[in-house]
Amino acid sequence: MSAAQRSVPVVIEQASRQFGGFAALKGISLAIAPGELVALLGPSGSGKTTLLRLIAGLDQADQGRILFDGVDADVLSLRDRRIGMVFQSYALFRHMTVADNIAFGLRARPRRTRPPESEIRQRVGALLDLVQLPGLEARFPSQLSGGQRQRVALARALAIEPRVLLLDEPFGALDAKVRKDLRAWLRALHDQTGHTTLFVTHDQEEALELADRVAILNDGLLEQVGTPDAVYDHPATAFVCGFLGEANHIPVELKGGEALFDGSPVFHAGANTSGPGALYVRPHHFRFDIPGATALDGHVANVRRHGAIRRAEVAVRGLARKLDVDIFSAVAPAVGERVGLRVTGGHVFAGA
Amino acid sequence: MSAVVRRNGAGAWRERSVIPGFGLSFGIIVTALSLVVLIPLAALVLKAASAGPEDIWALATSRRVLSALRVSFGVALLAAAINVVFGLIIAWVLVRYDFPGRRLVDAAVDLPFALPTAVAGIALAALYAPNGWIGAPLAQLGIKVGYTPAGILMALIFIGLPFVVRTVQPVLAEMEAELEEAAALLGASRWKTLTSVVLPPVLPAVLTGFTLAFARAVGEYGSVIFIAGNIPMVSEIAPLLIFIRLEQFDYAGAAVIGVLMLLLSFILILGLNLLQAALRRRLGHV
Repeated sequence: MSAAQRSVPVVIEQASRQFGGFAALKGISLAIAPGELVALLGPSGSGKTTLLRLIAGLDQADQGRILFDGVDADVLSLRDRRIGMVFQSYALFRHMTVADNIAFGLRARPRRTRPPESEIRQRVGALLDLVQLPGLEARFPSQLSGGQRQRVALARALAIEPRVLLLDEPFGALDAKVRKDLRAWLRALHDQTGHTTLFVTHDQEEALELADRVAILNDGLLEQVGTPDAVYDHPATAFVCGFLGEANHIPVELKGGEALFDGSPVFHAGANTSGPGALYVRPHHFRFDIPGATALDGHVANVRRHGAIRRAEVAVRGLARKLDVDIFSAVAPAVGERVGLRVTGGHVFAGA
Repeated sequence: MSAVVRRNGAGAWRERSVIPGFGLSFGIIVTALSLVVLIPLAALVLKAASAGPEDIWALATSRRVLSALRVSFGVALLAAAINVVFGLIIAWVLVRYDFPGRRLVDAAVDLPFALPTAVAGIALAALYAPNGWIGAPLAQLGIKVGYTPAGILMALIFIGLPFVVRTVQPVLAEMEAELEEAAALLGASRWKTLTSVVLPPVLPAVLTGFTLAFARAVGEYGSVIFIAGNIPMVSEIAPLLIFIRLEQFDYAGAAVIGVLMLLLSFILILGLNLLQAALRRRLGHV
């Protein structure tokens, strides 16, 4: 399949959408390159699904416009947009077999552009091979597992040779193990077919692992767009820092390029701002030190298993919430022991 | 999905269930069905049989009875078919659109259930009589509704409408709007979306509504006699013929016509139910 030439760039310009008095999108601009895989990441209610529906043409923006290959999408009918969409519920046609579901978009074409029945059958077979479900043509959706339905929905969307592929929480309804398998599979499939793809997710791990670029939405606004490494290592806002992965929030005083906690410096902030600020430190950016070595001084409240490593919760004087600290060495502090914490990396944001 | 059926020695057709009490509940339904349905029907057949074979044959093949049966069943089928069209549209509008007064319209659908049928018949007769509000303008156009088979049709549409609406409505409500959106994005025209995505899953429910509306219409008496005109061989329905026999103390004759109606209804309803079961299988509701 020559997908690369079919894929088009998508440009969103200042898109806004209100529902009654509620602003779901407050002017979002985003440019997606042909063949790019972009994740729309955000908590529920952040507007990510609204944005996806605007791009699909299932909803109209109050302001702003959406361009497919430079053409305003408003002038295109749903059919002419040629968008492959996979709904969160999959929206498979329950009364049709898997083969009829996948062939639906081809058979729905006007007679003069409709491929002959033999070609349709062959295409359905090829798509089932592509999504690794060969031989399931005659099954009904009710006879498939969740992961299989998801792949049938994807095959149905791919059948129309879409210019843009939209996936709404593609792995939302699946269990953790299947999610992980499908994630790697979808990435491989994208590399193979090369469709311009947008997918919505609230799972930051999924977005970071799968996407070429991640667009982080919060409260109808775009917080940051960038490669997974860029947004994770250099979060632009406190929200992004807190949303991507785990981060401990420590209120600090900024002065002379230093972040001060309880009057003494705990981290070199770099930028020379003054006033109250917030220091975000990921659990693996703490090192244990002798008690009293730094202002972050407390006792170990408990130690838990956390995947490959162990994690301590440290109660620090002057902080309402305990700090999560990763323990890398086999020698771990005992519960109740007094410890000092050194910050080896973090992000500082001015303001409260 | 198929449940695992474990057969035990006691009865091969007895299914294991987390809720016990098959014997008790089966006993109750057999008793209730017998008292309410089977025994009265058996009595009806017995009474009809008391007429003697020659009388039964003469009555069953008399032109007046055949004509009444034709009117009853023909008009009932036509009314049920018309109700399918209107009922589907009403159910669709009630499920898919929100408009002021939607709940009022929703409640009004059930009125034909609640209204005494004689009241409905008198109201329809008054409206569609040649001097009625609707009948008079129609009469000027040369269309006669009141006191003709068309009047019977009106009455049977009226009483059968709720059946289709109420059977189709929940099925439509359960269908996600995303199915239509998916079809539209795949390039389907509105007509194609309607005929191949929306309608097939509701077809079994439509057929159920049709069967119920038809069954109700065949036996309808109260509303029809006021508007039908009851002209023998033209607009006389079979239930009226039964009533006339009863008034003449010809109980056996009435029972014979009753059994004829029963047989015809049973064959038609059984056929419709078989068709519906086949439809469900074909549409993947295994």
